[in-house]
Amino acid sequence: MSGQFVRLAARTSAEIHFTIDGTPATARAGDTVLTAILLNRPSIGASEFTPHDRAGFCLMGACQACWVYDSDGARRRGCSTLVEPGMALFTTWVPSHG
Amino acid sequence: MTERLSPDVAIIGGGTAGCAAALALRKRGLSVVLLDKGFCGAGASGVNFGGVRRQGRSLVELPLATRSRAIWDRLPELVGEDGEFRATGHVKLARSEADMAFLEKYAADAADWGLELKLIGPNAVRDDYPWLGRKVVGASLCADDGQANPRLVGPAFARAARRAGADIRELTRVEAASFDGEKFEVRAAGDLVVASRWLINVAGAWAGKVADWFGDGAPVETLAPNMIVTEPLPFFIERSIGVCGGDIYVRQVDRGNVVFGGGNGWGDIELERSRPVTATTEGSMAKLIDLIPALKGAMVIRSWSGLDGEMPDHIPVIGPSLTIPRLLHAFGFSGHGFQLGPAVGEVLSELVVDGETPTDIKAFALARFR
Amino acid sequence: MAEAIVIIGAGPAGVRAARTLAKAGHRPVLIDENLRIGGQIYRQPPPGAERAPDQLYGFEAAKAVAIHRALDGLDIDYRPETLVWNAREKALDLTGPRGSEHLTFDRLILATGATDRSIPFPGWTLPGVFSLGGAQIALKAQGCAIGRRVVFAGTGPLLPLVAYQYAKAGADVAAVLDTSSFATKLKAAPGLLALPKLFAKGLYYLAQLKRRGIPVIEGVDGFAVEGAAAPEAITWRRSGETGRIDCDAVGAGFGLRSETQLADLLGCSFAFDALTRQWLPTKDAAGRASEGHIYLAGDGSGIAGADAAELAGERAAWTLLGDIGQATDIARIAVLDRGLARIARFRRAIEAAYPFPHRLHAAIPDTQIVCRCEGVTAGHLKFQVEQREASEMNRLKAYSRLGMGRCQGRLCASAGAELLSHWRDAEIGTVGRLRGQAPVKPVPVADVPPAEGT
Repeated sequence: MSGQFVRLAARTSAEIHFTIDGTPATARAGDTVLTAILLNRPSIGASEFTPHDRAGFCLMGACQACWVYDSDGARRRGCSTLVEPGMALFTTWVPSHG
Repeated sequence: MTERLSPDVAIIGGGTAGCAAALALRKRGLSVVLLDKGFCGAGASGVNFGGVRRQGRSLVELPLATRSRAIWDRLPELVGEDGEFRATGHVKLARSEADMAFLEKYAADAADWGLELKLIGPNAVRDDYPWLGRKVVGASLCADDGQANPRLVGPAFARAARRAGADIRELTRVEAASFDGEKFEVRAAGDLVVASRWLINVAGAWAGKVADWFGDGAPVETLAPNMIVTEPLPFFIERSIGVCGGDIYVRQVDRGNVVFGGGNGWGDIELERSRPVTATTEGSMAKLIDLIPALKGAMVIRSWSGLDGEMPDHIPVIGPSLTIPRLLHAFGFSGHGFQLGPAVGEVLSELVVDGETPTDIKAFALARFR
Repeated sequence: MAEAIVIIGAGPAGVRAARTLAKAGHRPVLIDENLRIGGQIYRQPPPGAERAPDQLYGFEAAKAVAIHRALDGLDIDYRPETLVWNAREKALDLTGPRGSEHLTFDRLILATGATDRSIPFPGWTLPGVFSLGGAQIALKAQGCAIGRRVVFAGTGPLLPLVAYQYAKAGADVAAVLDTSSFATKLKAAPGLLALPKLFAKGLYYLAQLKRRGIPVIEGVDGFAVEGAAAPEAITWRRSGETGRIDCDAVGAGFGLRSETQLADLLGCSFAFDALTRQWLPTKDAAGRASEGHIYLAGDGSGIAGADAAELAGERAAWTLLGDIGQATDIARIAVLDRGLARIARFRRAIEAAYPFPHRLHAAIPDTQIVCRCEGVTAGHLKFQVEQREASEMNRLKAYSRLGMGRCQGRLCASAGAELLSHWRDAEIGTVGRLRGQAPVKPVPVADVPPAEGT
């Protein structure tokens, strides 16, 4: 599956292994969660009320269109969260564990 | 240039009750002028939780609430839209044995007043609502109660009243009102004078001030709700949820947002401002997580408050003035007037046209504060 | 007893304010949502994604580095990754790495910055359409292009800049579509000469685009993105002319809008600015808001750019120091005020050169989504105006759900107001503005209540 984003500047930082909806993917240290997903995918999941998938929009924490879930059901704002090794990210709702 | 109007009835306050009264009076052939200092339905009618319920009310409110419940089903026919009313059922949770005993007693008493409730034990609660946190020991369900969108209902009544020929004046602040022995004179901003045979005071949080103008003072306190709403979430909370003690109430709308609240916000009727209170908001959030752990990660995206009137005995004032003929009051709905609004409007119209109403409103008499 | 001073925002305005106050002997709290100081224009990449300043900031590299180093060695209570979700009287509600906190203050400097201003267009909700600022951040902070073949569209001085930055970085820039015509810019040129260096930079970016053979199409009347699941092409029209350009990503922006929610919650008075068609908190010449203990600096109270933000941040700090009875540097203040005045003249010319194309709203079809978060179409909004008699923004919101989504109106309130004023044939300044509500950004339920035992 190809990503929406294209890396222009070579990144020499550590490779990071994480998962998107259970599927393994890689990114680099310094990538935000949004970048990490969009380097691997065309979008970050469905939107509730429009016919199109989401991919974030503003990259500056204003539009609130880049939220994803981690495996504990915690919300992560994609553009302002750095991807970390072993992160399990989900593009659909994960209920919190009690 | 003073504008002068001479309707049969002048109404101060464009909440659901006032607009429903205007609509009902028009249907009985009377001319009506309604005055609201803002937009109709933007006061307590528009900022509440949105619960449309009979369960849990003071027993004396049940006749009025039952009458109103029937009107909610007829909203499309009455005002042209349903206000997003859904009879989702209202379930009141017991978090202790004492709570459960309370629910059992209420269910028995309410049955005498015609309200059917179903008591649910701990296992059934677990089966029916598996997403509840551990502290729930039982519940009482009113399957026919529900919820609606407060932002839509009041304005819908206002538009219906206007279509029926009521003269609805928004952004028209009432500055003074008096009675000369024959007629009421209401002076409003924009150099407007309304002279009427009847006056209805449904001025919400400000109704106490209006009542004072006529010597009908009542101990109305300002009540500001503290409401919070989450982002849209997958739908799983089918019923409107309450708890014994009333410290939290929760519902999920069709689109998925979870609306919840409990406790007090801050409001001032002189400044005409209100806002949520952080400590209350924090408390509600903690209670929400406790009650429904799956919502722990849900994001809150908005909170609001508003201005309502509270009576010391938590039931409204509805009925005639103690001294002035043809003056009616309906105020002090103490945070739970939303469901009653449609019926209050009809009752007020009956008091004007027929001099009486078939609905028992004795308990709401102003005289109880004398 | 020292005054408790808080600064919200660590962009150029907040940083200069913090530095000035620290050097005057104070220890201000500096709160910022981002991981590192710099705001948007001088945004620093996260650790691991750093690059040389001239690669990141071009002509502005020296200024950016100066901002990044401005607080070195100073004693400041700096709180990154922290959101102020509510503000009331003299207290702030925070959430961040330290958990949920309340902070009281005596004096507050709001340096909350700005975001892109959006006008909805067909296809803008496709994944692959980003704001112009977002496209710039992808490159600057992440070293990525938003797509393989990018079109930049909209208007504003940022438009040629971002396109140039992408081209220079090796991205495939297919075209630049500007709603502002060449004639409009020419007419504004004399005013732009108030800041000749800035003017020269603008010309330089355009020249570079031309040199690279990137079409810059000016004076477009509208554009639309085509594609089923992702952008495939953008079409544009200009008078009778039309064009179609293949692309898989679009960066679109129409200038900037100020982030004013905290000023609103604090009860600051607002006034409508006819030049930029935005409601802004009022401030006096010295940077004070209507509430005497609150100061406003930078784009958060009116778009004026990074240079003005630096000056205004320092200026507000001096005003604050004077207000609490400390010595101020009169000569320095005069320099700052002269600089701000000069930039203000330039900004008026920028608005004239790149006018906000509000006329585009009249062409928005009923099927067009205006509120992305809630999926509210223009037709649904029109229904509220025509059938439900909505005449004011909060009413429109209550009926239609516009602004009730996660972005709380950041992307849609401007268009909502323009449409409302258009349909009601009312002046834009008379239809009101969305009332601020806490939290000013979404906050997980669990992040707000204080931790057990606190």
